[in-house]
Amino acid sequence: MPVPRFWREQKGRYNLIGTYCKKCGKHFYPARSICPFCRRSGEIEDFQFKGKGEIVTYSVIHASSEDFDHLTPYILAIVKLDEGPCITTQIVDEPTDIKIGDRVKAVFRRLGSDGKAGIIYYGTKFVIDN
Amino acid sequence: MRDVAIIGAYTTVFGELWEKSLRDTAVEAGVGAIEDANVAGEEIDAMYVGNMSGGKFVGQEHIGALVADYAAGLAREFHIPSTRVEAACASGGLALRQAIMAVSSGFHDVVIAAGAEKMTDIDGTGVTDALAAAADREWEGIMGATFPGLYAMIARYHMHKYGTTSEQLASVAVKNHDNGVHNPIAQFRNKITIDQVLRSSKVADPLRLLDCSPVTDGAAAVVVVPADIAKKYTDTPIYVKASSQASDTISLDDRRDIATLDASVFAGKWAFEMAKLTPKDIDFVEVHDCFTIAEICAIEDLGFFKKGDGGRASYDGDTRIGGKIAVNPSGGLKACGHPVGATGIKQACEAVYQLRGEAGKRQVPNAKYAMTHNVGGSGATCAVHIFSNER
Repeated sequence: MPVPRFWREQKGRYNLIGTYCKKCGKHFYPARSICPFCRRSGEIEDFQFKGKGEIVTYSVIHASSEDFDHLTPYILAIVKLDEGPCITTQIVDEPTDIKIGDRVKAVFRRLGSDGKAGIIYYGTKFVIDN
Repeated sequence: MRDVAIIGAYTTVFGELWEKSLRDTAVEAGVGAIEDANVAGEEIDAMYVGNMSGGKFVGQEHIGALVADYAAGLAREFHIPSTRVEAACASGGLALRQAIMAVSSGFHDVVIAAGAEKMTDIDGTGVTDALAAAADREWEGIMGATFPGLYAMIARYHMHKYGTTSEQLASVAVKNHDNGVHNPIAQFRNKITIDQVLRSSKVADPLRLLDCSPVTDGAAAVVVVPADIAKKYTDTPIYVKASSQASDTISLDDRRDIATLDASVFAGKWAFEMAKLTPKDIDFVEVHDCFTIAEICAIEDLGFFKKGDGGRASYDGDTRIGGKIAVNPSGGLKACGHPVGATGIKQACEAVYQLRGEAGKRQVPNAKYAMTHNVGGSGATCAVHIFSNER
């Protein structure tokens, strides 16, 4: 991936910063620059999520694309953040130990890299926090 | 708006067609449909070609011109407009809808809607990566979301909320293979058992290999004309009673309900309104069973069964030919295979064959109304059509 493509999304990926609409009170992750509910009358500003939530659903991935092959089997999940929005992420844990409804918290983790000499991508995964 | 009819249909054999290129299959389908319709090349006004990812699968874009060029000299001799349509796995359904709208509006009279995909020229991980592009690359793909993984999360949620079981999921694949046995274009013409599905390798838990549609090459095409002139070409025109399309959030995680595809709900609702019909009127439906769970969600979201009842209905045989509603008499994406851009057109071809009474041993008896349901991505796009052999 070209460096700028990853770099421009660093804020959201590293620090779980999304957006918030002051008019309707809804939170968005990833960031949306236009509130889908208030549209042009919305007032969007950055919002730092606390990084706590619960597992809505998950899958244990056994067959992946090449970039993730070294991680298999890994847990792909949708986590509902306490502030409202849901996020697609990985749960860093044993596949046998998780269930829907488990509490989770955000952790900073390596997502992948462009070969041996390329850039390393970091972002937010989650761990069980019951 | 003018009423519209399909006068010709053709589907290539679906499968791992190592001897055929993207253009070979597309041309075979286009010429086959033109011959079936009994139209002359110079009568054709325009074409729309559904193709998801020529760029990733074979390094070829500009598919509209390519197909028009190699199919019956439509580019070189007649210079007709040819437009490639892309909406991931719903590309074919949308190409058909574009053709219908072009004819219905009066802009064109004789239009080809085709779909083609060549998926076996790259390796399996390459296919996984190309298909993952139908999801949100920046926020789902980068976290390792694969397509089976997204549908697996739908399945897990459906199981948690409604008690749907792995056996019920498996019964969808078993039924579709049973139907596919009788379809000469199907990639898989063998029966399978629930036990075989449950013992196949894990792809994205709870989905196993035999819960997933395969990687497939193939193409399909139909010829669309104003209903008023259809009888000039054929004694058995198939009339388009409804064409609808709906969108939803690109990411699965952003949906109102993880186990409901609202794009299917709305496209289905709008199609029934347009045709002035209800689910009870439909004799069979070709749904987008890219995974077994997708068929269960589809038959619920389109209103054939209530939400949460799709697994039970499938297991109990309600969706077999001769059941409450025949679902995927062709064998669906599971048995026919899923050349992504072609699938939406292949579904329309099956509707044509069935409504003409030409479907042989998989024929739905006395079929009068057919529905097709084509989904892009994890449900961000859905196209629904209703067809009838009566105007």
